[in-house]
Amino acid sequence: MRQATLQAAAVWSLLANSHSHESDERMPFTGWKFFTQEQAREVEAVTAQIIPYDGTAGAREAGVVRFIDMNLAQFEQAGQHIYRSGLTHLSEQAQKEGSAFSQLSDAKQHELLERIEQTEFFELVRTHTIMGFLSNPSYGGNQGKAGWKLIGFEDAFAFQPPFGYYDGAQKE
Amino acid sequence: MRQYKVTETVDFVIVGAGAAGGVMARVLSGAGFSVVVLEQGPHLHERDFKHDELGTVFHRALTNDAKLQPQTFRAEAAERALLSQAIGYGRMVGGGTAHFTGNYWRFHEGDFREKSRWGSIAGTGLADWPIGYADLEPYYAQAEEELGVSGLAEANPFEPPRKTPYPLPPMPIKSSGVLFERGARKLGLHPFPAPLAILSRPYRGRNACLHCGFCEGYGCEVGAKSSTLATVIPAALQTGCCEIRAGCYVRKIEIGTSGKATGVRYFDPQKREAFQKARSVIVCSNGAETPRLLLMSRSNRFPDGLANSSGLVGKFLMLDCGAFCSGLFEFPLNDYKSVQVSRLLHDFYDPDPKRGFYGGGGIDARFDMNPMQFGLSGLPADAPKWGSAYKRMLSEYFTRTMHLLSHSTTLPLEKNSISLDPDLKDAWRLPAMRTTFQCHPDDIKTMQFLMERQLEILDAAGARRTWSLPVESPKQGVHLMGTCRMGTDPSKSVVDPFHRTHDVPNLFLVDGSSFVTCGRQPTCTIQALAYRAADYIGRAAKRGEI
Repeated sequence: MRQATLQAAAVWSLLANSHSHESDERMPFTGWKFFTQEQAREVEAVTAQIIPYDGTAGAREAGVVRFIDMNLAQFEQAGQHIYRSGLTHLSEQAQKEGSAFSQLSDAKQHELLERIEQTEFFELVRTHTIMGFLSNPSYGGNQGKAGWKLIGFEDAFAFQPPFGYYDGAQKE
Repeated sequence: MRQYKVTETVDFVIVGAGAAGGVMARVLSGAGFSVVVLEQGPHLHERDFKHDELGTVFHRALTNDAKLQPQTFRAEAAERALLSQAIGYGRMVGGGTAHFTGNYWRFHEGDFREKSRWGSIAGTGLADWPIGYADLEPYYAQAEEELGVSGLAEANPFEPPRKTPYPLPPMPIKSSGVLFERGARKLGLHPFPAPLAILSRPYRGRNACLHCGFCEGYGCEVGAKSSTLATVIPAALQTGCCEIRAGCYVRKIEIGTSGKATGVRYFDPQKREAFQKARSVIVCSNGAETPRLLLMSRSNRFPDGLANSSGLVGKFLMLDCGAFCSGLFEFPLNDYKSVQVSRLLHDFYDPDPKRGFYGGGGIDARFDMNPMQFGLSGLPADAPKWGSAYKRMLSEYFTRTMHLLSHSTTLPLEKNSISLDPDLKDAWRLPAMRTTFQCHPDDIKTMQFLMERQLEILDAAGARRTWSLPVESPKQGVHLMGTCRMGTDPSKSVVDPFHRTHDVPNLFLVDGSSFVTCGRQPTCTIQALAYRAADYIGRAAKRGEI
């Protein structure tokens, strides 16, 4: 009985969400479109520094690297060369510390990124990480609506007043 | 939908199905005239609109796009213009009204006679309009009534006289509105409910707003936004006299041996050239594309561009100016919900000689950003850009931030213009649009003055912290005004007081290009002008006077 009720609730939630053409479910992964497996792992590590896990989901948990891969393959091919050369440079820097960037300690990763903060590569990864984290989950990032949950954004088809604390307080 | 053959000479061909074109089509087809509307963008419907920031706003699904129509920009004519999308507009049936915020302010009486009130300002083209507020009042009322505008008459002590109330009550107040009222009243100012072209109640068979929050930049999924797409265009189609031909990009207005327009040459959706014959041509392509089309329509008879004997086609461009301030509050406002704006004020609308410069503006309270844009540019400039500290700020600020945006005057300067780029071409091999724009020092002083007032209001409202974007001359605009100004003297204006070009008797220009001065928010006045022009043109046509 309880099981059936939960299922009904899940169906209702799917229907309620259908206007935005996506659900809370994770997108099935169909392989990398632009990155190699190794590049994806390195980019994912960079995104996890930009929006880290700190008790709530960060860019890694939200699957942002998949958004970036799709975005570079489909919408922003002009950025591909910036990623290629940026990743090469990042790998060279990391090798001076003795390993791939993704294998460095958290502190070392952060330190290395602080050194390249002003580069075109880092600025582009930062922009794409934020975009992926907060865009519609149908684009691959923001899985489980992790980004929207973090900031307190609810994508609903309809709201009723009061919308916030201050208009609610006024009505009381 | 009625369909006409291109070889058939229709009464009117209208170029552009936006704020003005939709109204013109409705009124003229309603009067029984045969009307073809050519619109370069697609004919979308409610089912095509989505809550999708990347697909809609970032990918410019509803607006003009550099991929098809690259543009150039320069501040001064002496500079080389560089690639830059300075001009933004709705590129779809409905035009800008499909994706706009819905702010619907009438001009004030004084806006039509600014030169008389403030005198000439050296180096500017500040001039009186040849028409006054009283001429437009009935048409403002008609626009509000037919399109569906929510608001509260007499709530604004600076409001111009109106004979009728708004047809719909105002939208519910949001937290940003409550805080704005709190701050403004403490300072002795007069906030009032925003007049919006969005339905607060079901109206004429259309749905009321559901407060989803996706107005600015988006098409309304339930038809509650009073765009021409949701209102007058379906009504025009129902008359059986109007055809909307979407995906058709007009490149030239042709002139016959008599000196009258014979029709328009355009690319159809397959990029094939076609020619639609018409007894009269009405250009409603917006304040940037209208002068561009006239300049592209040059011929032996009109070597400097069509209807350009004054040399003023494209000149006196005015763009939207204003200051943008943000405030952070203790509790969540959740201001991403519902319409963007619920309160505004007009206390600083009029210029005041005591300030020592010309200019004024209205201030509205809003939340202006969807999640992606907020993540990229919603935090103060000195905020961390990445890492745990960035993430913490994002989670705190998104629901607790509100914005105050002012909409202020731009002086008409002859050197500010739309022209044809001599080198760059668009995807149809037509000359690209070139914008030259640097606003007058008084416009900057006005923005600075309003920014200070905005910060005072946020402080008085109890903001924990406030921040602003730097005030500067705009390099982009979406309120496109003044490029084919209205007047009675053919040497100093492009169209007459009823939007007929001085040079070609059956060619009319009806959109923001007719503006002599800029007011503060253009759409309401563009549409009132369109109702008035359509009324006049229809009656003139019946009398055989076109």
